[in-house]
Amino acid sequence: MLFLLETVISGLMAGVMYSLVALGFVLIFKASGIFNFAQGVFALFAGLALYDFIAQDGWFYGLFGFVLPVWLGIIATMGVMVIVAWLVELLVLRHLVNQEPIILFMSTIGLAYFLEGLGDMLFGSDVKPLNIGLPSGAWDYLLDNYNLYVEKLEIVAAVVAAVLVIVLAIFFQKTRIGRALRAVADDHQAALSVGISLRMIWVIVWSVSGFVALVAGVMWGSKSGIQFSLSLIALKALPVLILGGFTSVPGAIIGGLIIGVGEKVAEVFGGPYVGGAIENWFAYVLALAFLLFRPQGLFGEKIIERV
Amino acid sequence: MFYREAGQFKTSYKADQAIFSITQDRFIVGLFLVVAFGVVPFLINDYWANAILIQFLVYAMAALGLNILTGYCGQVSLGTGGFMAVGAYASYKLVTSFPELNFILIILLSGGITAAVGMVFGLPSLRIKGFYLAVATLAAQFFLVWLFNKVGWFFNYSPTGMIVSPPREMFGYLITGAEAQPGARYLFCLSFVTIFALAAKNITRGRIGRSWMAIRDMDIAAELIGIRPLEAKLSAFAVSSFYIGIAGALYFNVWLGTAEPTEAFDINQSFFVLFIVIIGGLGSILGSFLGAAFMVLAPIGIKNLMVGVLGFDVSVAKHVELMMIGTLIILFLIVEPHGMARLWQILKEKLRRWPFPY
Repeated sequence: MLFLLETVISGLMAGVMYSLVALGFVLIFKASGIFNFAQGVFALFAGLALYDFIAQDGWFYGLFGFVLPVWLGIIATMGVMVIVAWLVELLVLRHLVNQEPIILFMSTIGLAYFLEGLGDMLFGSDVKPLNIGLPSGAWDYLLDNYNLYVEKLEIVAAVVAAVLVIVLAIFFQKTRIGRALRAVADDHQAALSVGISLRMIWVIVWSVSGFVALVAGVMWGSKSGIQFSLSLIALKALPVLILGGFTSVPGAIIGGLIIGVGEKVAEVFGGPYVGGAIENWFAYVLALAFLLFRPQGLFGEKIIERV
Repeated sequence: MFYREAGQFKTSYKADQAIFSITQDRFIVGLFLVVAFGVVPFLINDYWANAILIQFLVYAMAALGLNILTGYCGQVSLGTGGFMAVGAYASYKLVTSFPELNFILIILLSGGITAAVGMVFGLPSLRIKGFYLAVATLAAQFFLVWLFNKVGWFFNYSPTGMIVSPPREMFGYLITGAEAQPGARYLFCLSFVTIFALAAKNITRGRIGRSWMAIRDMDIAAELIGIRPLEAKLSAFAVSSFYIGIAGALYFNVWLGTAEPTEAFDINQSFFVLFIVIIGGLGSILGSFLGAAFMVLAPIGIKNLMVGVLGFDVSVAKHVELMMIGTLIILFLIVEPHGMARLWQILKEKLRRWPFPY
């Protein structure tokens, strides 16, 4: 029983991590209808950049002879992500307005390749342990009193994710820019006609998802080091997305939790019977099973089709 | 001037509907085939066969398959790598279980098995559309690769988990295994690709191809005019998987000779083939070939340029290669989202009027 509980908790926490990546997808898809495959690479890139600002063996240290404190490093990385977002809009998206979704999707895969190569070349492809002072190890209180093993880092991740969602919700619901974003998400043309600058909005939304990617990169980086495989978490986030619905922020969170728990429970209790390592595909099958009943995901907007 | 069809009168419906209705087209294609069948096999060496030509043919075959599904029927699939794995493993099981079976038959049967598997994984397409479907097909990708990795029966319980293609002959020439001559292997692939490209062209021009295109353009409208989505979508999945399965079987038997699922059939294969289809041109048979040529040649060209001409370090060149491919893809999508097939069409238009554009 305890073991099951532990499995479920660790699944929930893994789910939170997936949600962090899925959130970035949802933001971009909502605002521009682009399925941004590069989101995982964004997380990798942000993590690499952050590492560079704050670690002794980075570029930054080599150039200036000192490293930034963590908080400044995060701000600087945010700056980098804004620049990336701006460049993406300037060089890629602007030229692909009105193309079919699949073309846009492919262009983000091209972007992913590019950023992957660039990140490797600039920062090297070895595993970098990211340490920004987040707590690690087991949570003693639970371990002592209930004999339950829960990582502190995972708790932090959950809290961060919760804060992030609240901040995003406020940003979307209460601010002027947030309203503009929602308007664009609803209808590009109508938004344009009331004077909202589509390009501005795209830069903003890609920056915001760059920020989400940074958070995801930090969390994953603290957990397992910043390495190339980080870019593959995009693949982990996809079933979360289709489960929760491409357009729903709460869907990304709930979907992440369902996938996280389902995957862990299946791996621990079902895995040994079929040879293990089912984590890779189980999430997809789970999401697929949900999709058969709700083709637009749990929280996705109902797809209305007209002739 | 070079491409003028003036004076070529079509006197029958048949002539009007011919695949290559213009003499120049027939001439170019004929010349191409003569060179490909009659000249190249005698000049080919191991490097050309392995690095370029056989790879090109295999990916052209896979691209034909994916183009039928994505380009003609509008169902985006990211499971190509998984289906290629089905073809490869089916051919491996067949070739080791029935050693006396004709190799052509084995390849065709592997295609058939893949078609069946493809239909099963195509079932969700009846409920799920667009990107939801694309992601759902990833389930096929990951599940199939996992299956071939874990279940010993598929790789005959070989301790390394690798599958190795045993040597097989065709008309007295070895076409698989380490001893096979590059010319024979090349010709074997080429014959398959030529025949099936012709078949694909005709399937897509016929009733069933038109029903696919109707589904692609608007599935509800297609349903209203009496096209059964179940039939159309599943047949697209079946035919597409058949092609991809054959490509997988050729990929494993003729090109690589050995394979293990996690490397050879991973998701990058799926993306690679999808790139070929998109860069070549969605919904174009010719595009599949042009795209395959581009995607096979571009990395080799970039690498040779970087390492050979500019003298970069190999590891740096690898990163730059990745960046360049990413850039090329984006550039291509921006310049010509309809792919190389469209470029070819524009070129034909230009050639027709040259040198007096008006």
